[in-house]
Amino acid sequence: MAEFDWSSIPGAWPFLWAGMQTTLEITVLAVAAGIVWGTLLAIMRMSDIRLLSWFAASYVNLFRSIPLVMVLLWFFLIVPALLESLFSTPRTSDTRLSSALVAFALFEAAYYAEIIRAGIQSVSRGQSAAALALGMSQSQTMRLVILPQAVSNMVPLLLTQGIILFQDTSLVYVSSLADFFGAAYKVGDRDGRLVELLLFAGAVYFAICFSASMLVKHFQKRAGS
Amino acid sequence: MISIRNVSKHYGSFQVLSDCSTEVEKGEVIVVCGPSGSGKSTLIKCVNGLEPFQQGEIVVNGISVGDPKTKLAKLRAHVGMVFQNFELFPHMSVSDNLAIAQIKVLGRSREEAIGRGLKLLDRVGLSAQAEKYPGQLSGGQQQRVAIARALAMDPICMLFDEPTSALDPEMVKEVLDVMVDLAQEGMTMMVVSHEMGFARRVAHRVIFMDQGRIVEDAPKEEFFGQPRSERAQQFLSKILQH
Repeated sequence: MAEFDWSSIPGAWPFLWAGMQTTLEITVLAVAAGIVWGTLLAIMRMSDIRLLSWFAASYVNLFRSIPLVMVLLWFFLIVPALLESLFSTPRTSDTRLSSALVAFALFEAAYYAEIIRAGIQSVSRGQSAAALALGMSQSQTMRLVILPQAVSNMVPLLLTQGIILFQDTSLVYVSSLADFFGAAYKVGDRDGRLVELLLFAGAVYFAICFSASMLVKHFQKRAGS
Repeated sequence: MISIRNVSKHYGSFQVLSDCSTEVEKGEVIVVCGPSGSGKSTLIKCVNGLEPFQQGEIVVNGISVGDPKTKLAKLRAHVGMVFQNFELFPHMSVSDNLAIAQIKVLGRSREEAIGRGLKLLDRVGLSAQAEKYPGQLSGGQQQRVAIARALAMDPICMLFDEPTSALDPEMVKEVLDVMVDLAQEGMTMMVVSHEMGFARRVAHRVIFMDQGRIVEDAPKEEFFGQPRSERAQQFLSKILQH
């Protein structure tokens, strides 16, 4: 077996860094949008209005039952065509990043909704009874009493889900979008050093995700004490 | 002050309350007792609308609780409630627990609310604990804070739902002492409790419930002297043995 040759990495650094920025951009935006939409879904799911809770439950079940890579492909293939026919935007505009973002946000929201719902339900019913008995409205009870306690229960899970999303962003390779993984693959392919580049990319993913998990654990311990 | 007329409640086919009626006058202290599952906690939670009921009427200070037009939040702001498990807000300091509803519900300024809270904390003997969090207090202390929190809203009456049954025995007295003081000052109180010593000392009337019905509703002397129903006699002989 030939020896490893890492020499193509330093020269490709600007390209790899640009890929990492794309990865981070997708992660951060999808987490933010996913949490907002996920919170709404969680509240809908717990609503007394049948139609809303039915919609939220179906949404969550649907997205949790299909592979992420398929959702990405749908959005990559269908959404641009749809936009084209709706607004007759020129086909040349690059919608890969935005369609990936939308796909991730919609997909992740299903997972966040369940985490947030569990967080809200982890606060005992007695707490809302006490808040209501003091004369607080439903929304004051939610805002001042339930959510602050629910959030501290669910932050570790939300962060962990964020770390998973960070890894899953590598799936955008299906649309040949140059995220960090895609960039590493392209460099390796160009220089005939695919094994080295993929090992390197794996090490970077591992280092980032492992230290992020450690950080979450650390916060969890501090919050628990 | 509190008027309960022919109230019935069921979960599906299970009857929790059947045709309960009683009156609580201003300044009166009523103790509600009975075996577990007799509906006593449910009844007291109907008084401030935390539990809905299907039939009958409850009127508190002239306001009908079951009426869909009633603004329950407004009524509850002036009906204090103390729970079995204290239900202090664990993410807030003791003084914030006392202040939050005064600020958000009554619209008091923060200084006024904190000041009023401190005064009541002093009254229940806990002024040194104002900056602590509920988790740092003993059960008895938490329950006294919970009583102070309810009093901070200047309630017209107080509802106690088994206020001492989650406490270690050595902490029961400190909570009952606060309640006795309150009763002697003339607060209207409805207390779900098995503390017969408390009932003997300060109650005006004792209500005994069984299987969702008010079986006995009698002045204290009469109740402890000669309860009319056999079920109440049995119950008393069981809990008074100790």
